[in-house]
Amino acid sequence: MFDKILIANRGEIACRVIKTARRMGIKTVAIYSDADRNALHVEMADEAVHIGPPPANQSYIVIDKVMDAIRQTGAQAVHPGYGFLSENAKFAEALEAEGVAFIGPPKGAIEAMGDKITSKKIAQEANVSTVPGYMGLIEDADEAVKISNEIGYPVMIKASAGGGGKGMRIAWNDQEAREGFHSSKNEAASSFGDDRIFIEKFVTQPRHIEIQVLCDAHGNGIWLNERECSIQRRNQKVVEEAPSPFLDPETRKAMGDQSVALAKAVGYTSAGTVEFIVDGDKNFYFLEMNTRLQVEHPVTELITGVDLVEQMIRVANGEPLSITQDDVKINGWAIENRLYAEDPYRNFLPSIGRLTAYRPPAEVVTDTSIVRNDTGVYEGGEISMYYDPMIAKLCTWAPTRKEAIEDMRVALDSFEIEGIGHNLPFLSAVMDHPKFISGDMTTAFIAEEYPEGFDGVTLDSDALKRIAVSAAAMNRVAEIRRTRVSGRMDNHERTVGDEWVVSLQGESFDLHIEADHDGSTVFFDDGTSYRVTSDWTPGDSLATLMVDGTPLVLKVNKITGGFRIRNRGADLNVHVRTPRQAELAKLMPEKVAPDTSKMLLCPMPGLIVKVDVEVGDEVQEGQALCTVEAMKMENILRAEKKGVVSQINAAAGDSLAVDEVIMEFE
Amino acid sequence: MKDILQELEERRSQARLGGGQRRIDSQHAKGKLTARERIELLLDEDSFEEFDMFKAHRCVEFGMEENKPAGDGVITGWGTINGRMVYVFSQDFTVLGGSVSETHAQKICKIMDMAVQNGAPVIGLNDSGGARIQEGVDALAGYAEIFQRNIMASGVVPQISVIMGPCAGGAVYSPAMTDFIFMVKDTSYMFVTGPDVVKTVTNEHVTAEELGGASTHTKKSSVADGAFENDVEALSEVRRLVDFLPLNNREKPPVRPFFDDPARIESSLDTLIPDNPNMPYDMKELILKIADEGDFYEIQEDFAGNIVTGFIRIEGQSVGVVANQPMVLAGCLDIDASRKAARFVRFCDAFEIPILTLVDVPGFLPGTSQEYGGVIKHGAKLLFAYGEATVPKVTLITRKAYGGAYDVMASKHLRGDFNYAWPTAQIAVMGAKGATEILYRSELDDPEKTAKRTEDYEDRFANPFVAAERGFIDEVIQPKSTRRRVARAFASLRNKKLTNPWKKHDNIPL
Repeated sequence: MFDKILIANRGEIACRVIKTARRMGIKTVAIYSDADRNALHVEMADEAVHIGPPPANQSYIVIDKVMDAIRQTGAQAVHPGYGFLSENAKFAEALEAEGVAFIGPPKGAIEAMGDKITSKKIAQEANVSTVPGYMGLIEDADEAVKISNEIGYPVMIKASAGGGGKGMRIAWNDQEAREGFHSSKNEAASSFGDDRIFIEKFVTQPRHIEIQVLCDAHGNGIWLNERECSIQRRNQKVVEEAPSPFLDPETRKAMGDQSVALAKAVGYTSAGTVEFIVDGDKNFYFLEMNTRLQVEHPVTELITGVDLVEQMIRVANGEPLSITQDDVKINGWAIENRLYAEDPYRNFLPSIGRLTAYRPPAEVVTDTSIVRNDTGVYEGGEISMYYDPMIAKLCTWAPTRKEAIEDMRVALDSFEIEGIGHNLPFLSAVMDHPKFISGDMTTAFIAEEYPEGFDGVTLDSDALKRIAVSAAAMNRVAEIRRTRVSGRMDNHERTVGDEWVVSLQGESFDLHIEADHDGSTVFFDDGTSYRVTSDWTPGDSLATLMVDGTPLVLKVNKITGGFRIRNRGADLNVHVRTPRQAELAKLMPEKVAPDTSKMLLCPMPGLIVKVDVEVGDEVQEGQALCTVEAMKMENILRAEKKGVVSQINAAAGDSLAVDEVIMEFE
Repeated sequence: MKDILQELEERRSQARLGGGQRRIDSQHAKGKLTARERIELLLDEDSFEEFDMFKAHRCVEFGMEENKPAGDGVITGWGTINGRMVYVFSQDFTVLGGSVSETHAQKICKIMDMAVQNGAPVIGLNDSGGARIQEGVDALAGYAEIFQRNIMASGVVPQISVIMGPCAGGAVYSPAMTDFIFMVKDTSYMFVTGPDVVKTVTNEHVTAEELGGASTHTKKSSVADGAFENDVEALSEVRRLVDFLPLNNREKPPVRPFFDDPARIESSLDTLIPDNPNMPYDMKELILKIADEGDFYEIQEDFAGNIVTGFIRIEGQSVGVVANQPMVLAGCLDIDASRKAARFVRFCDAFEIPILTLVDVPGFLPGTSQEYGGVIKHGAKLLFAYGEATVPKVTLITRKAYGGAYDVMASKHLRGDFNYAWPTAQIAVMGAKGATEILYRSELDDPEKTAKRTEDYEDRFANPFVAAERGFIDEVIQPKSTRRRVARAFASLRNKKLTNPWKKHDNIPL
């Protein structure tokens, strides 16, 4: 076995590889750029080598620099992680030249699968199901109709040079194919100056399902079941699970067998992933093969019990696979949620900066529950602008899908991240979405269910009541503590009452609280009650409560007259008042937030570089209005709709805070 | 006998109705609570004891003899906030517009005298149309009587003003002399002369809100220390502030049970200071991580953001915090920041509240506007305030402490009790670049030489150890153990005794 390996990566995946290497007794070498000087992977590794300035193209993906680090430390093998150099055949070649093992497939396999056309051809030759289509150029509408009939409707007519939906038509019959051909061709000519058109099968209700394969250098290859990755936002996977709630054993086996056949066809070794698109009738078609460890590999590990990184290292060391296809089982259900530093309330705009709080839920391993958090950051660390904005991959495993989802909800509720915007509330919302719960989702899930973006979660009445009684119980603890301040008038102390009015999410509940040694019983005015127990004390930012025997985890901050409480993707201002306070609070005018629909607000703190319009200008939707530079990136702000500029409040050179009004429209 | 008891109840309910239901409704329609409702929210339930409920004016001019409402437009008395005694007056806008008469003023003066005698804070809830014009000089005399008592009470008991409606003309000077002024957004304003007079005299067109609303006084003039959304929130926050303050200058600041380990380690503070010395960071994160339970009551949040002032608790005891804020103007000292912090330091010293100073200051802001504005004298206020303060003083230099600003910020030389520094501290006369440009002016055209000189200067001074060798820094501490070190420092100072020489009073550069 290797004595020392170098991990040519950063962040969570570098940490993940180091963990397995350490368990196997292998020493590890980290590489780091200037921006990662204080990163977790550097601290975890036995040695670390500095390889240059922050941008990846000057550090992590410069083969010469990585090779220098290998020579300097005497590492015998390299794990590339994902991204960066993981699918770079030149890197594999460079390693080979120096006699250093690449913990990944041979360079031939990387090359063969790296090209979309070649890989599809190889797949077809290996009898892997591919999306039926005609790759050649189509001369006229008659030919288009003929080809469409051969493929079978529905079909997609696409511009060769296309992208972003332009020059793309879906046809369900001959007439639509004829019309689609003409309009695609015209659009392609005008948009791309290239009117070449091709046709392929249009996959309805598409799901993204992928097969994990593992091959050694001795001709053995197995598949380790599938991962369902249909929940994506703009082709970026957000939620993955294993197994897929959609596949049956026959389809799974067919996909698995084809995947292994493909891997063998290119002489594959190591771990790899074959991605398929699966339609509503469980027809599956090959998309591409990823010749590396996938981000979402933990869900496979959780249901199979196989450590994929360990297997990759062993295969690279020339060992034959110690597991056979028969050893691979599906045990329980695993879900992964990717936490990104992207602000869901601002259309998932990347949010970078310091993690003033970062407290993941405790990692747990029991017979019925596993919570695993793969991360490369820590409290006080930085999410930098230079790399992928992923904060962590939170995984839960349980015997059933339902339990795994429930564990994930609680794990998300317990996950504290402050200082930057992040998608945790959105993930909570997905975990509670009926379509996700039923397992009935396609790759269009996010686009269809959140067409206007994400603007928070509205909780149902039962959830509200549970939070209301929790707030009442916590408030009681906080108020009693306030009465214990020094300097009180003897015998005239304040007594904390039992009647409270809790208002949240526009609703108000009259509560009566009866406290005893173990907790409180909180009554609603209709006579129903909840039993609340908790060890929460004032200042705790996380409250773990039992409400009628069900655990409830709340993120709690103090606000005037109550708490800010976050739970299940909802962000609530909860006021707890005495009946008299509540009565008087009702007299207070509702202050409406200023209408910002006719304003351009600064989306991030930054410097105005340029203002492109003047007062009185009529602007069109999409027209550039001004440029804001934030963290060395220039962001062009565009008009969301047509309008006339009525006022401009900022000039080039101004430095603005988030939400400052840059200009107003009539 | 029963009839007599009945009559008292009838008189009481008459008095409690103030200016009558119609005026109460109109008060509510403006989004304001009545004077009595405000007292209910300010004090513990059922703790209010009223004085002078039936006091009435004695004016017989302009038909006033026909209109003698019980209480005369102000409700006064005492009660408790979390069991601690406070005196309160609440002007009743529904009764003669809350206008101040001789008798109205007498009621306020009575509770102020009692507050000073019995050692409890005075909280004034202001909602008044001004002096009662019908009374003429009697009303003015009433104001002056209140002013005189504000002055006498200053530094003896905390005085808090909440502006909850109009407060114009001479009336502004009573709140102006109290320790804290809070305003309610959209429903309160303060000015010496109103928009009409302004228009006549200077031709400026300005609304009452622009001239003296909450936003003006918290952001521009710094007259107010904070502003709240509405009456309910304002009164709730005043209760919260009172929990931090001693009842008088003879008492120690209050202590309450706490649920936060004084030895809590905050590893994230080890990475608070950015690698690049010109990058800002948020000093408030440090304040929140030192404080018990992350609870911080900020004073003047919206003014002079380059310095942060407010109250926290450490081991349950109140501590005043003054901190340079690198996020705003690089945390430099200027006229506004010096004034703001100086007043805060003097309040803490007057009421025996220990002071924690967090330093990251590149110096004083240069420029003609600062010099013409008298930054010399204003900066001296902060220096003076720190130097005269005899309360426990713990100082921590996190990064820059350059030039005169190093001296000002509660340095060892100004009787700092504990002067800590993080290893990232740089204590020098100025930044390395500036220093070499002066020391080696002749070498300026040789960038290589200059760079080398700068490096040398940095090596020598960009650390806390030169100061530590002199004993100006008592100890260089690990950022992550800051809370424990600061808590233990204050614990060791609980019996501190330090007295300044006798004087009638000092002559701070006002």
